[in-house]
Amino acid sequence: MKQFLAFVRKEFYHVFRDRKTLLLLFGMPIAQIILFGFALTNEIKNTKIVICDNSNDIATRAIIDKLEVSKNFEIEQVFLNNNEIEETFKKGKVKLVIVFPPNFNHSLNHENKAQVQIIADASDPNTANTLTMYATSIIGDYHKELMAGRKIPLQIETEMRMIYNPELKGATNFVPGVMALVLFLVSVLMTSVSIVREKESGTMEVLLVSPFNAVLVVISKAIPYFFLSIINLIVILVLSVTLLDMTIKGSVILLFLESALLIITALSLGLLISNSTASQQTAMIISLMGMLLPTVLFTGFMFPLENMPLVLQVISNIIPAKWYYIIVKSIMIKGLGFSAIWKETLILMGMTLFLLIVSIKKFKVRLS
Amino acid sequence: MKQNIVISTKNLTKRFGSFTAVDEISFDVFEGEIFGFLGANGAGKTTAMRMLCGLSLPTSGNASVAGFDVYRKTEKIKRNIGYMSQKFSLYEDLTILENVKFFGGIYGMTKASIKTKSEELLVQLGLEKEATKLVGSLPLGWKQKLAFSVAIFHDPKIVFLDEPTGGVDPVTRRQFWDLIYDASEKGITVFVTTHYMDEAEYCNRISMMVDGKIAALDSPKQLKKTYEVNTMDDVFYHLARGAERTSD
Repeated sequence: MKQFLAFVRKEFYHVFRDRKTLLLLFGMPIAQIILFGFALTNEIKNTKIVICDNSNDIATRAIIDKLEVSKNFEIEQVFLNNNEIEETFKKGKVKLVIVFPPNFNHSLNHENKAQVQIIADASDPNTANTLTMYATSIIGDYHKELMAGRKIPLQIETEMRMIYNPELKGATNFVPGVMALVLFLVSVLMTSVSIVREKESGTMEVLLVSPFNAVLVVISKAIPYFFLSIINLIVILVLSVTLLDMTIKGSVILLFLESALLIITALSLGLLISNSTASQQTAMIISLMGMLLPTVLFTGFMFPLENMPLVLQVISNIIPAKWYYIIVKSIMIKGLGFSAIWKETLILMGMTLFLLIVSIKKFKVRLS
Repeated sequence: MKQNIVISTKNLTKRFGSFTAVDEISFDVFEGEIFGFLGANGAGKTTAMRMLCGLSLPTSGNASVAGFDVYRKTEKIKRNIGYMSQKFSLYEDLTILENVKFFGGIYGMTKASIKTKSEELLVQLGLEKEATKLVGSLPLGWKQKLAFSVAIFHDPKIVFLDEPTGGVDPVTRRQFWDLIYDASEKGITVFVTTHYMDEAEYCNRISMMVDGKIAALDSPKQLKKTYEVNTMDDVFYHLARGAERTSD
């Protein structure tokens, strides 16, 4: 135990002496959160919209007036038929089209019900979402005013259509995504470099000649990075809550436990990489190139997995960050408990166990 | 004079594929002696030493170190030896004191004995003022001396030194050998590889390795007599002339 503590202390010295790496370690998540945070401005002003008014009556004109005076929209054009909608979107200037069917006012007054369609360019899902919300609430306003003077309930059905990306997947989920990405990559990268560094500098030889247990070498290497990753996690969570008004709906303790599990998975993977490579550069390239792209691609926070070909969906299952992402979303956004995520947790545990065993087996006690 | 044998090898062999790095070497090293392991680059010195330290498993033959078998009792051997590798092997981003404490720690020494011994060590090396400096900032000669002191910090029975004075000036080399003599006087057996022939003169006995085999083994004085030459350099030329391996 004393030997173990001496080793862990040494590892902490390494980490804290290396200022540049430390800066990278903590700078990366902060930069990501701030970048993502400011890229996601919630309020959108003066968006150019097009209205396709097939009925051109009192009701539709009243709604158009309301849209016009709102600070969110700027009406670019009012068409009188549907033919030009697609062209308008293709030009890319217009983000939203509102379509009134023929006889809007007539339906409203005689059938007590009328429909309006809102079509949004969802290639930027977040903007599309926000704009549709604005439009719906403006139409809702008009509806309320109308209702005030009547006894029979009226209905305006707003039908929303998201084109280009119907599921609106992605943007709002970026915090769990950043967590998965940062925690996973940082842990893999840091540990993978640490063992190889000792091989390169020749100190590994001296360690191997000492009576110190090889398994403990591997474990004590991972400990400082475990703590650093937990600190990283706290930083990300604090920034998301304070800066981005993110709320953590589920249990914070559960979130930390699951995060600890992912960190251990990543550390084991990092150890495996460093046990299988001979130079720091190789280790770094494998963990950056070999891990960054698959993690970004297959975690699901940037590109929805459901839209991928089946082969890629199957491949995505071996990415630990994918399971963690599901877990974090369930806890943070949906507020679910352990019963909802035990399967994902089990998968992560299995991966960790596998990686740990292989990396300890691979650790060479002898040089040749 | 009856001496205890601390290292004993019999037909110790190491092959890498079809290449025989160490070819059936047999020798004994006695307790407390300074045993020089000489040879050209690529003669197999480091490989032989690594087998004795438990870093490398022999292909065939027998060897025991400090009374323990190199095949089965590697862990016991590790407790009884110190090792200084060819490459400088302390942590450059740690201070002198941190390095000393770390190596004391992984050998399981108590805090109290680490404290008293590290103070002694700093005084012996004259590094009291530099104790909290990073090792990376020290000149090479000091680093080597420090590495040696760290290798014998836990009072091993045997210390293995793999070309400890590579790249160091003659004055520092001389000082380094003073440290080796000090250790030897304390009863530590020193097993040292080198290709500096002046250093060979400092050893009690030396073995000359050529092409993986031991070509000669005796005291420097006796070797010079046997080959009828005046210096160890000449002994070396005489023996190494027949070498087939080119240096690497």
